[in-house]
Amino acid sequence: MPPIISISKLSKTYATGHHALKAIDLTIDRGEIFALLGPNGAGKTTLISILCGIVTPSEGEALVDGHDIVRDYRAARSLIGLVPQELTTDHFESVWSTVTFSRGLFGKPKNPAVVEKVLRDLSLWDKKDATIRTLSGGMKRRVLIAKALAHEPRVLFLDEPTAGVDVELRRDMWALVRGLRETGVTIILTTHYIEEAEEMADRIGVISKGELILTENKTDLMTKLGRKQLTLNLQEPLTAVPPQLAGHDLALAKDGSELVYTYDTQGDRTGITGLLTDLAAAGIHFRDLQTKQSSLEEIFVGLVSDRP
Amino acid sequence: MNWRAVQAIYLFEMARAWRTVMQSIISPVISTSLYFVVFGAAIGSRIQQIDGVAYGAYIVPGLIMLTLLTQSISNASFGIYFPRFSGTIYELLSAPVSFVEIVIAYVGAAATKSILIGLIMLATASLFVPIEIHHPIWMVSFLILTAMTFSLFGFIIGIWADGFEKLQLVPLLIVTPLTFLGGAFYSIDMLPPFWRGVSLFNPVVYLVSGFRWSFFGKSDVGVVVSLGMTLFFLALCLTGVRYIFKSGYRLKA
Repeated sequence: MPPIISISKLSKTYATGHHALKAIDLTIDRGEIFALLGPNGAGKTTLISILCGIVTPSEGEALVDGHDIVRDYRAARSLIGLVPQELTTDHFESVWSTVTFSRGLFGKPKNPAVVEKVLRDLSLWDKKDATIRTLSGGMKRRVLIAKALAHEPRVLFLDEPTAGVDVELRRDMWALVRGLRETGVTIILTTHYIEEAEEMADRIGVISKGELILTENKTDLMTKLGRKQLTLNLQEPLTAVPPQLAGHDLALAKDGSELVYTYDTQGDRTGITGLLTDLAAAGIHFRDLQTKQSSLEEIFVGLVSDRP
Repeated sequence: MNWRAVQAIYLFEMARAWRTVMQSIISPVISTSLYFVVFGAAIGSRIQQIDGVAYGAYIVPGLIMLTLLTQSISNASFGIYFPRFSGTIYELLSAPVSFVEIVIAYVGAAATKSILIGLIMLATASLFVPIEIHHPIWMVSFLILTAMTFSLFGFIIGIWADGFEKLQLVPLLIVTPLTFLGGAFYSIDMLPPFWRGVSLFNPVVYLVSGFRWSFFGKSDVGVVVSLGMTLFFLALCLTGVRYIFKSGYRLKA
């Protein structure tokens, strides 16, 4: 099945001369959750804005379900829902009317049943007659999602969807996103919260200085780039790593009471057996041990900071 | 054409007018009534007829035109400026709608509101003075053409403005003075020849004159010239809007 989004050599240079995107190539499969990570100013929002029609690309091509976003913009945009980063709502409108407006704007006939379902799914039904300005920030965020879903899009862009929302709402949104994916909606989200990408995404793209520096299946990425650490809680603290253990990648922590061994999960051998043998031979005993895999955040920081 | 989107925007804008009915409709009607009280009753009673028309009735077309211009501009400029200001413009730009549809919806709504206000004012004026409309079809045509033209002009101002101050700048500093000096309250034939000549450079003269002709069959300039000038301003505004479409000026980066 062809990808739902296909981007080829997409570039954007603003009138100021700022080169926000540099020849981006990317495909996104149907029904996947794709997380776009990157520091501030990396080009995440520019990329989303181009795909949604808010920003004009300078070069390159992008197709949404085979429809060119410039030449065939009506067909392309009718498939897309966008939840912007900022809480930009019509403050004086009611929840019901603003969501109904969004459906009409995307050329869909009135369908109160669809609007009701969207509002119920987002726990907004009780607030349907409320004026938006009276809602909390979290509720306003839900309204923006409801507006984006009102025309039943096949692709949903979430630009920093949980920025500034509390933990409970964040969890609710993650559940909502998973629920949408189950109905076949493709979700592309940008986030600063690595935890969010780690929790939800099937695939990760990392963008830095306008360049897509990698796209990778999340699990593969963590396996490939992730390092594991074995921490041994020693019975007796050490002042230095003994010379007979110099062949292992060891470091002391917590005033010598912990010995930390770092190893590559992709290696043929982890070296743990050899280490434990050498520890026993050196007369070093431990009370407890635990292993920890590097988080996506650590991987991300490593990737971005390695860039010139 | 995405007519559903046009309908959605149009109804949204009309709903805004009803939500702010005091500001949108009642306020211009009250201020116009005050003009009738001051110019029509207090001062008008001391002024002779102009072109055989009682002064109170003579100023009706000019007053309606004054309100039509300012309301068309303010409705359309605010209608498009507010989404830009609040950020909700993102939804408009990401929707499957063309710029032509956006303009039809916003300008259509702004023109509808100002025409409604114009008609309400006409009804209000008929409470103060006897009104006779000699050419009703021309009257409606001038009303619609002027409302459309100045709503387009307002739309351009709403795109150009980058603050509320600029939004008010053109209506307050240019349109209102031009309307007052455009024969809304007098015939330009009453002016000395030099100032009459100067007045002919004022576009509002042609709008007021044509509109007044549709009421009383008498005008400062020929009705064909008035119609021609109105269509010329319409074409000018359409050219401005076309430029905005083409360039994405202040809408798209």
